[in-house]
Amino acid sequence: MTIKLTINGVRHQLDVEPDMPLLWALRDELKLTGTKFGCGVAACGACTVHVDGQPVRSCSYPIDAAANTSVTTIEGLGDADGNNAVQRAWIEHQVPQCGYCQSGMIMAVTALLDDNPTPSDDDIDAAITNICRCGTYPRVRKAIHELAAAHKKNRKG
Amino acid sequence: MAKFSRRKFLVGTGLVGGGIVLGISFMPGRLATIRKHYTVKGAEVLTTWVRIAEDNLVTVLVPHSEMGQGVHTTLPMMLAEEMEADWDLVRMEQAPAHQLFANDAVSKGFLLQGERLPAILNPPADWASYKLAQLLDVQTTGGSSSIRFTGEFGMRTTGAAVKEMLIRAAADKWDVPRSECVARLSHIVHEKSGAKASFGALAEAAAAYEPNPTPTLKDKSDFTIIGTSKQRFDIPPKVRGASVYGIDADVPNMRIAVLKAAPVFGGTVAKMDKSSIAGRRGIEDVVQIPDAVAVIGDNYWRAHAALADLSVSFDAAGHGDVSSQTIFSRFRAALDADDAKTNIAQGDVSIDGAQTLEADYQVPYLNHAAMEPMNCTAHVKDGKCEIWVGAQDPLACRGHAAKVLGLSAEDVTVHPLMLGGSFGRRSGVLMDYIERAVLIAAQVDYPVKVIWSREEDMQQGAYRPASISRFKAKLDDKGAPISWENHYIRDEERAAVHIPYAIENQSIRVSEVDTHVPYGVWRSVASSQHGFYIESFMDELAHAAGQDPVAYRRPLLGDNPRHLTVLDRVADMAKWGRKLKKGRALGVALRESFGTVVGQIAEVSIEDGSPRVHQIWCAADPGDVVNPDGFIAQMESGIIYGLTAALYGEITLENGQVQQENFPDYEMLHLATTPDIHVDIIRSGAKLGGAGEPSTPPAAPAVTNALFALTGQRIRVLPLKNHDFA
Ligand code: FES
Ligand code: FES
Repeated sequence: MTIKLTINGVRHQLDVEPDMPLLWALRDELKLTGTKFGCGVAACGACTVHVDGQPVRSCSYPIDAAANTSVTTIEGLGDADGNNAVQRAWIEHQVPQCGYCQSGMIMAVTALLDDNPTPSDDDIDAAITNICRCGTYPRVRKAIHELAAAHKKNRKG
Repeated sequence: MAKFSRRKFLVGTGLVGGGIVLGISFMPGRLATIRKHYTVKGAEVLTTWVRIAEDNLVTVLVPHSEMGQGVHTTLPMMLAEEMEADWDLVRMEQAPAHQLFANDAVSKGFLLQGERLPAILNPPADWASYKLAQLLDVQTTGGSSSIRFTGEFGMRTTGAAVKEMLIRAAADKWDVPRSECVARLSHIVHEKSGAKASFGALAEAAAAYEPNPTPTLKDKSDFTIIGTSKQRFDIPPKVRGASVYGIDADVPNMRIAVLKAAPVFGGTVAKMDKSSIAGRRGIEDVVQIPDAVAVIGDNYWRAHAALADLSVSFDAAGHGDVSSQTIFSRFRAALDADDAKTNIAQGDVSIDGAQTLEADYQVPYLNHAAMEPMNCTAHVKDGKCEIWVGAQDPLACRGHAAKVLGLSAEDVTVHPLMLGGSFGRRSGVLMDYIERAVLIAAQVDYPVKVIWSREEDMQQGAYRPASISRFKAKLDDKGAPISWENHYIRDEERAAVHIPYAIENQSIRVSEVDTHVPYGVWRSVASSQHGFYIESFMDELAHAAGQDPVAYRRPLLGDNPRHLTVLDRVADMAKWGRKLKKGRALGVALRESFGTVVGQIAEVSIEDGSPRVHQIWCAADPGDVVNPDGFIAQMESGIIYGLTAALYGEITLENGQVQQENFPDYEMLHLATTPDIHVDIIRSGAKLGGAGEPSTPPAAPAVTNALFALTGQRIRVLPLKNHDFA
């Protein structure tokens, strides 16, 4: 079956089984290995990508559901300067340790802030359920709060 | 530092493209205390490499793997400090690099004769890396060793030696006394004349001098890089998804294998019938090794799905009736049998006390569950083997692959890649990941990336051993402890059971019970068990004595002033003794591991019948600290790792095999359940301690001691999820 979709702004046609998870189409068919495999059962969030702007756990998202959509992965997240605001905050707050969960973490946080630029702690807790085995959670929370504060300031200014 | 006496030798300097490459080796024969953390046998030789380019960039070749602990940044910081390099002009490269052995014979000759680097060796990294692989039998990353060992003895001395050479080059060039020249921000400056030259411009001339093996090291008070927070080199690529982890290996013509090993450890493949998956799309081979089968294809998902449909059975090697219950019964029987080996016998524990306390503590097996499932890519062909892997000890991987395949180490090349977490799993203690991958690869002629599914990673671990520890203590009529008896299972790390408290009469004994469960080193090793046991039982003594747990410990720490300072500091941070919100309580724990003393106080409550940790205060004395922000990150990380284990961590066995499969049934702390963590660093000046592990052990007892203060329930068996808090 041929699946057409746009990934990071580039159009692709993939001849794969319709039930192949998007994750393995990205990693093994297209060699976009920035998106990570952690659990395969939608439990960890390491594989999070955006499908038409919405965060999905690509290990459990069949590719045919992504047909004719626009998919963004970590490789395609940056703006003209290279990194988006979340990625820049991640460097400033030195969030990653091993870094393996961080592609998914950054995708999830970017989606949260696109949707709700000034989330409360409860909003953050509910939206960011990614597992980080290195325990970068305190820095993730701090970086999100700082991004929210910057957003508020920009709006006022 | 300068008078630290040990044999050293220089392996030489060399000129490459106008720059300088310098390597200095040490043979630290007497580093017995450090030595025990290494798993590789053989001479301990440490070589440090640094390259100065014409454009004035200084590149430090770091011989350790980056697994998130920041070593790719802290080690260059130590070298740059001594060298007086401008931090903005410092870069790092991990060694060994690719084409590791391309220059084998030439490099060896060079090494032996100590001559200058032949010009044909280009790029220099290959040569430097080769040298590392040859000499650096202590390449392992783990045991919190990299900064303490490589940094202190390798990086700093090399940096200082290079600085001296650069000064000499400048002084000769300007015809001024060396003593009038200083190194500053990657330049040599002669203030009297105003002369100034960059390291890059002096490198070629500097390379002509013999490095001084005993350069004068800087005084701590003059540090400008060490002790300041620097951004880590490895982070920018990580936020772009550009770091290449083991699982991202991509080699021409490579296929992907998914394996299933005998679910009962020690078992072997009994029967396999490939016909059930014949003709499936993308599947190329099905291979069998003694204890596992693997389906090989062009895509993980295809191979994984085919593996699920493959008809295969395994035998249980006689362990089919083992369960967690039978294992713990055997442990208990061993404690009852009383045929233990003595670890410590001091004074007379049979003396009479006013009060006697007895308690048994128990912890389960734990899995590391690093975020990156285990994997290893291998190509075995024509008597050679190439491996791409994220591992704590690439050299040990090389040796192990050679052994398994019956090759010489020279025929094995290891390409180290980034580690998506390890916590001990990717160490050299149990290299099943190498063994299985090369055995599978040996049956096909293309390179193959072998990936463990999360379920396989969970059920084929190198587990933190389960154990039981039995205590008996006597208190005098004032409540002070006068005897301490401890009998525990498994001698993993003898010193882990020693207590910092001055108790006159002690008997500490161990019994060994073998099980079929494979074990490994798990973040903080035996301190993860004994930290919980000892600090919980101390809390029991304090309460039996009717005393405050902090006040109770203080007079017993007379011989350990660092512990006392840490305890006082953490009590201060948490405002120990203050009135708390209703339904909240504090608990304290103190533990030294890997040379760092850590005290923690937890604030807890019960929410919907389950423990909730709100805050952790953490005071840590690592002696000194290289990158404070990185150290704090490691403390946070270790605490969360310890809390996860305390609250949820449990691997259980039934019918000889692990029951847990994936994160849903091997729970993790999430952002929502992570407490606020406050870290203070105490720079006592003691010998440099570790960062990656020492904050894990106190987390569990701080929490369970707080829960006792809150509920009166003494938790002697982890994890907490198995307890009811009505
Ligand atoms: S790999 Fe998709 S959620 Fe874990
Ligand atoms: S940074 Fe290692 S798992 Fe999150």
